[in-house]
Amino acid sequence: MAQSTHSGSNRIAGIGRLVPAKTVRFTFDGQNLTGLEGDTLASALLANGIHLVGRSFKYHRPRGILSAGSEEPNALVDIERDKSRKQPNVRATVQEIYDGLKAKSQNRWPSLTFDIGAINDVFSPMLPAGFYYKTFMWPKFAWKTIYEPKIRAAAGLGVVPGEPDTDRYSNRFAHCDVLVIGAGAAGLAAALSAASTGLQVILCDEQPEVGGALRYENDVQIDGISGYEWAVAAYAKLREMKNVRVLTRTTAFGYYAQNFVGLVERLSDHLSRPAAEMPRERLWQVRASKVVLATGAIERHMVFANNDRPGIMLASAARLFLNQYGVAVGRKVGVYTANDSAYAAAIDLKRAGIDVPVIVDTRNNPSSAIIDEARSLGIEVLTGHAVYSAGGKRRISSVSIKPNEGGIERKITVDALIMSAGWTPSVHLFSQSRGKVAWDADNERFLPGTYAQNCVSVGACNGTDNLQSALDEAIAAGGGQAGTIVATGGTNWIAGMIGSAPGAGADTTVKAFVDFQNDVTAKDVRLAVREGMHSIEHIKRFTTNGMATDQGKTSNLHGLAIAAEALDKPIPSVGLTTFRAPFTPVTFGAIVNHARHDLFDPTRRTPMHAWHEAQGAPFEDVGQWKRAWYYPQAGEDMHAAVNRECVAVRNQAGIFDASTLGKIEVVGPDSAKFLELLYTNPWEKLGVGRCRYGIMLREDGFIYDDGVVGRLAEDRFHVTTTTGGAPRVMHHMEDYLQTEFPHLNVWLTSTTEQWAVIAVQGPKAREIISPLVEGIDLSNEAMPHMSVREGKICGVPTRLFRMSFTGEAGYEINVPADYGKAVWEAVYEQGKPFGLTPYGTETMHVLRAEKGYIIVGQDTDGTVTPQDAGLTWAIGKNKTDYVGIRGLLRRDLVSDGRKQLVGLKTVDPKIVLEEGAQIVANPNQPVPMTMIGHVTSSYWSENCGRSIALALVIDGTKRLGERLYVPMPNGVIEVEVTGMVFFDEKGERLNG
Amino acid sequence: MVEIIGATRLHPLQAGHSSALSVSVTLAENATRLSLRAREDAIPAISKALGLSLPTKPKTSTSEGTRSALWLGPDEWLIIDTADSSVVADIAKAKVLHSAVDISHRNIGILVSGKGADAVVNGGCPQDLSLAVFPVGAASRTVLGKIEIVLWRLAENEFRVECWRSFSNYAYAFLQESARDVAV
Repeated sequence: MAQSTHSGSNRIAGIGRLVPAKTVRFTFDGQNLTGLEGDTLASALLANGIHLVGRSFKYHRPRGILSAGSEEPNALVDIERDKSRKQPNVRATVQEIYDGLKAKSQNRWPSLTFDIGAINDVFSPMLPAGFYYKTFMWPKFAWKTIYEPKIRAAAGLGVVPGEPDTDRYSNRFAHCDVLVIGAGAAGLAAALSAASTGLQVILCDEQPEVGGALRYENDVQIDGISGYEWAVAAYAKLREMKNVRVLTRTTAFGYYAQNFVGLVERLSDHLSRPAAEMPRERLWQVRASKVVLATGAIERHMVFANNDRPGIMLASAARLFLNQYGVAVGRKVGVYTANDSAYAAAIDLKRAGIDVPVIVDTRNNPSSAIIDEARSLGIEVLTGHAVYSAGGKRRISSVSIKPNEGGIERKITVDALIMSAGWTPSVHLFSQSRGKVAWDADNERFLPGTYAQNCVSVGACNGTDNLQSALDEAIAAGGGQAGTIVATGGTNWIAGMIGSAPGAGADTTVKAFVDFQNDVTAKDVRLAVREGMHSIEHIKRFTTNGMATDQGKTSNLHGLAIAAEALDKPIPSVGLTTFRAPFTPVTFGAIVNHARHDLFDPTRRTPMHAWHEAQGAPFEDVGQWKRAWYYPQAGEDMHAAVNRECVAVRNQAGIFDASTLGKIEVVGPDSAKFLELLYTNPWEKLGVGRCRYGIMLREDGFIYDDGVVGRLAEDRFHVTTTTGGAPRVMHHMEDYLQTEFPHLNVWLTSTTEQWAVIAVQGPKAREIISPLVEGIDLSNEAMPHMSVREGKICGVPTRLFRMSFTGEAGYEINVPADYGKAVWEAVYEQGKPFGLTPYGTETMHVLRAEKGYIIVGQDTDGTVTPQDAGLTWAIGKNKTDYVGIRGLLRRDLVSDGRKQLVGLKTVDPKIVLEEGAQIVANPNQPVPMTMIGHVTSSYWSENCGRSIALALVIDGTKRLGERLYVPMPNGVIEVEVTGMVFFDEKGERLNG
Repeated sequence: MVEIIGATRLHPLQAGHSSALSVSVTLAENATRLSLRAREDAIPAISKALGLSLPTKPKTSTSEGTRSALWLGPDEWLIIDTADSSVVADIAKAKVLHSAVDISHRNIGILVSGKGADAVVNGGCPQDLSLAVFPVGAASRTVLGKIEIVLWRLAENEFRVECWRSFSNYAYAFLQESARDVAV
C-alpha cells in the first residue's frame, strides 16, 4: 500500500481524484492540518486519522463522521472566518476546505477529548426519553429559573455568532420548463433528455460536482466509459447548452405549491478569499412547469450497541472517501451489513490494500456474485451473524460478533467499521410537494405514490434499483427515447433491514442509537410505546427521534420499525411523519437576502425632506413615511421648540409639510353619487370649488377614516385621507366600487405622490402667499374657508386649498411633487419677514387638539361612532344610504353608556396627563376600580397656558363640568370634563 | 407639459451608476404620464385622441413616437410620453366616458440596461422575463422586492421600472444591489 503522508497519513497514493500537489492548510480545534483541494472537511480529517469530531447533543458521547453527505447527523462543527462571519452546526461532510479554514468542535468543555458534560452519559439511566416532562415538574418556579437554563446549557449544538453577519446574500427568481433536482446518473440523463428537446432546463445538485453515486461506483460503465467520466462529459455538454442552467453546490430545500421550489446556491463557503462583491449565498426561487426528482437514496446505519463510536460509518461513505478523495477510513476495517451494497465498499478497500478482517452479514444465506467476489479476495464473510457491540470509546477498537440467535462471542480488532442496513429512498421533496408515499412491503420502504403536482421521481428515490432502468425512466421523464444511454454495473439500492439489529432487541438495555443527532436509542422508542404513545407523531415528539436538524434522514425508518414492532402493528398503520422544508438547514441570510439595512423596508420621504433635514428636524415614523417632528433652534429641547412653533402659528404663521396625506382623485359623472355612498356627509350639492370635511364609516358604523374633499369639477373630486389610512381607504373605496356599486361611472386614481402639500397656516398666511400666486383671487369673498382653486404658484400649477387643521385661516398648497421643495423654499423666503415658522407633526397635533379636531386612530380606535366623537353634524340628515348607515342604527350604538369624546382639564393646569391613562369616577373605591374611560390625546398648550386633553368617557357629554379622577402611580389627578374646543371656541379665526 | 418659471424640478434620485457593472441602473428622463381609465367602448375614440391605439391584451404596450400606452388592466392604462408633450390636452379631446389623471410627478422611471438586465430585475421581481414570455414591448404591473412597480421591456437587455416617487430610493438601491450580484 503506497501512502502519501503529505496530506494525511490515510491518503492512498494513486487512488481518488484529488491532485496530491494541490495542498490546502486548515485547522481543527487549533491543530494545523493539511488536506487537498477538493476535500471536504470530513475527508481531510479522516485523511489525517481524525475520527473524533464532536460530542453528542444530550449524553456528550464522543462522535465521529457517519456519512459523506448532507444527511450527516454527527460531525457538526463551527466554521469561523472572523467574528461576524461565523457559522455553527456546519456539517463537516458538506464543508469544503480552503486555505486558512478554521474549524472547531462543538458541545464540549473544556476539550473534545476531555468533556465534563460526558457525565450525562454515566447518568443516562436518569435521563430517558421525555425525562424533562416528568422530572422537573415542581416547584413550579424552578422550571424557568433553574431546570430549563441548565438543561439548555448542557444539551446543545453550536454557539450563535455574537455579531451581525457582514456577508452579502442575493436572490433570483427563475422560471423553467423542467427543474431537475439531483445530478447523479438519473438526474443527468433526465436533464440531457429534456434539454435536447429545446426545453428550458435547470439542473441542481447540492454537491460541488455532478455524478452523485457515480463518484464512488467504480464498477459502472455508461456508453463505454466509466460512470464518472460520463458524468463529467454530460456536465460539460449541459453547460454548453444555452437552454440549460446547471447549479452545483445548490440545495433544493423546499418544494411548495404550484411547482415553486426554493434552492440555495452556496457561492463562497468553499473559497479562501472570496471577492468582496460576491454574495455568500444566492436564493433561487424557481417556478417550474415540471419537476424531475432525482434525489437518490440515503444509506441507513445498523442499530446495535455503541453504534455511535467514532470510526463507525456508512459503507457508501467509506467508498466515497476512498474513490473520490483517496482516503482510507481505517487500516483494519470491519464491515457490518444486511444487504449487498456494503460488499462493494469492502472490495474497494481490500483492493486498495486495506485490511478487511471480516464482513458480518445478518442475512442467513445470502448469495450473489459480489459475495463470492469478496470471499475470493480472502475476506472472511460471516453470514447469519451480528455485531453485538463495538469496543473503544473515542474510536472503535473492536467488534463483538455473535450468531444472530446468540451464542459464542468472537471479538475482532478493527479501527473502523463500515455498515449498511440498506437504502432509504429520498422522498423528502416528494413529500413536501404534498405527494402521498406508498409502502413497498417487499422491500420495506416508502416510495412516491400519489403525486400532487406535475412532478416525477426517477432513479433510486423512486425505488428503481437497477442503473439501466433508472436511466431509462430518467430519459423518459425528460421526454426522450428510453435505451439511448446504455449502462452496466452500479449499486442495487435494495432495502436490507430496518429496525434494531440482533443484540439490540426488545429484551436489551444497550445504547443502540437510532437518531444520532438527538441521542435517541432503540430503548427510548420502546419506552415511548410503553408510556402509551401509539402514533409515530407522538413517539417522535416524546423521544425527539427525527426532530434534529438532520430531520432523521438516517433514523426515521429505524424508529418507525422499532415502534411498529413494539406496538405489534404493521409499519404503514403506525404511520410516517410528513417531511417538511427545509431539506437541510438554510441560513437566515439566504432567506432575508437583499432585505437588509436600507432595503429592509422602503423608507418614504417627502419632496421637502432634505430641507427639513438641513434644518435639523428630527423625524417621526408614520408608517413607512418620515415626517418632520419639530424644528429645534439652538438650545431648544422638544418642549421649547413645540411651544414656540405653536405660538408662532397662532400669532403670525407656520409652514408645514402635509405631503404624506393620502390623496385620491375620484373622476366620472357619478363621482358625487359615489362619495354620497362612501361618506356620511352629503356631496351632491357641494359646489365646484368648495371643500367639505368627510367621515367614512365601516359597515358596522364605526369611524374608518376622515379627510377634506374638494370638488374640482362636476365630475372630479380631490379626496384626502389620513397619512396612515391612504392605502386602505383606496382599497376600501375600490372594493365597494367594484363589488357593491359597479353600476357607477367612477374611477379612482391614487395621487398621494403626485402632489407635494405645503400648509401655510396663521393670520399672516394670505399675505405671505399672495405675491406668489397667479390667477387666483385670495380674498375672503372670492375664496372663503373650505374652498379650492386651480391656478399657479411660483409659476407652477397648483391646487390651492383654503382649509385648516389648526383653527387658523390657512392654505394647503398642492404642487406637482418635483416642484415641492422649490415652492416650499420660495414660500419660506417670502414668509420670513412675517415670522413664518416651520412646524412639525408635534405642533400640528397640539394645535388641532386645542381646536378639538380628532385624529382617526388616536382619538378613535375602531369602536367610535360619529356621535361618540361629537361629529353628528357631519352626518347627512336626509341621506337614505351610505356605508355604515345600518350599523349606526344598532341598539348598542344609540343607547346610553357609550364612551364619548370630551375634553379634560386638569384642576392643576400644570399637570399634563398621560395618553392612555384610565379615568375613574371615585378614586377611593377599592382596587380593581371601575374604569369609565381613558385619555386619548394630551398636551401642554402654550396658547392656552395650561394642559389640555381629549378623552373617551362613558356618557361623557352628560358629564360636562363633572370632576373625574385619573389614578397614577404617583397619586390621583383630578380633572374636569369640558367641551372639546379649548381655543377660539367660536371658530372666528378660520375666516380671518 | 408645464412651464417652469419660479420653481425647478427636483427628483428624489440624483445618483449616477457604477460603470464597473455589466448592467447600468439609471434615472429616466422626465416624462408626462397619465393614469387612464376607460371601458372597452371608449377605446377607439381615446386611441384617436391620443394618436396611438390602446393595447387590449394583457402584458402588452403600444408606442407611437415618444408616446406609449401600457396595458395595466382591462380598463386601465399607463400613458407615458417621454417628450414634454400635449398628452393632457390631447386626451381632453376624447368626448367619451373616461378618467385621465396626470401622474407625471407621482412616478419615477428607472432604466435597467445591459447584458443581464433581466437577471437584475429578477433579483426582486418574480415574473418570467424570458423573451418568449415577456418580449420586447411587454409591460406589467408587478412587484420588486417589497414595492409595487410597472415593468416595461424596452429592448432585449433594457427595462424601464416605474414606481411611485417615495419608493424610488428603495427601487434604485434594490436594483443597484441586484446589479452587483449579476456582475459577479
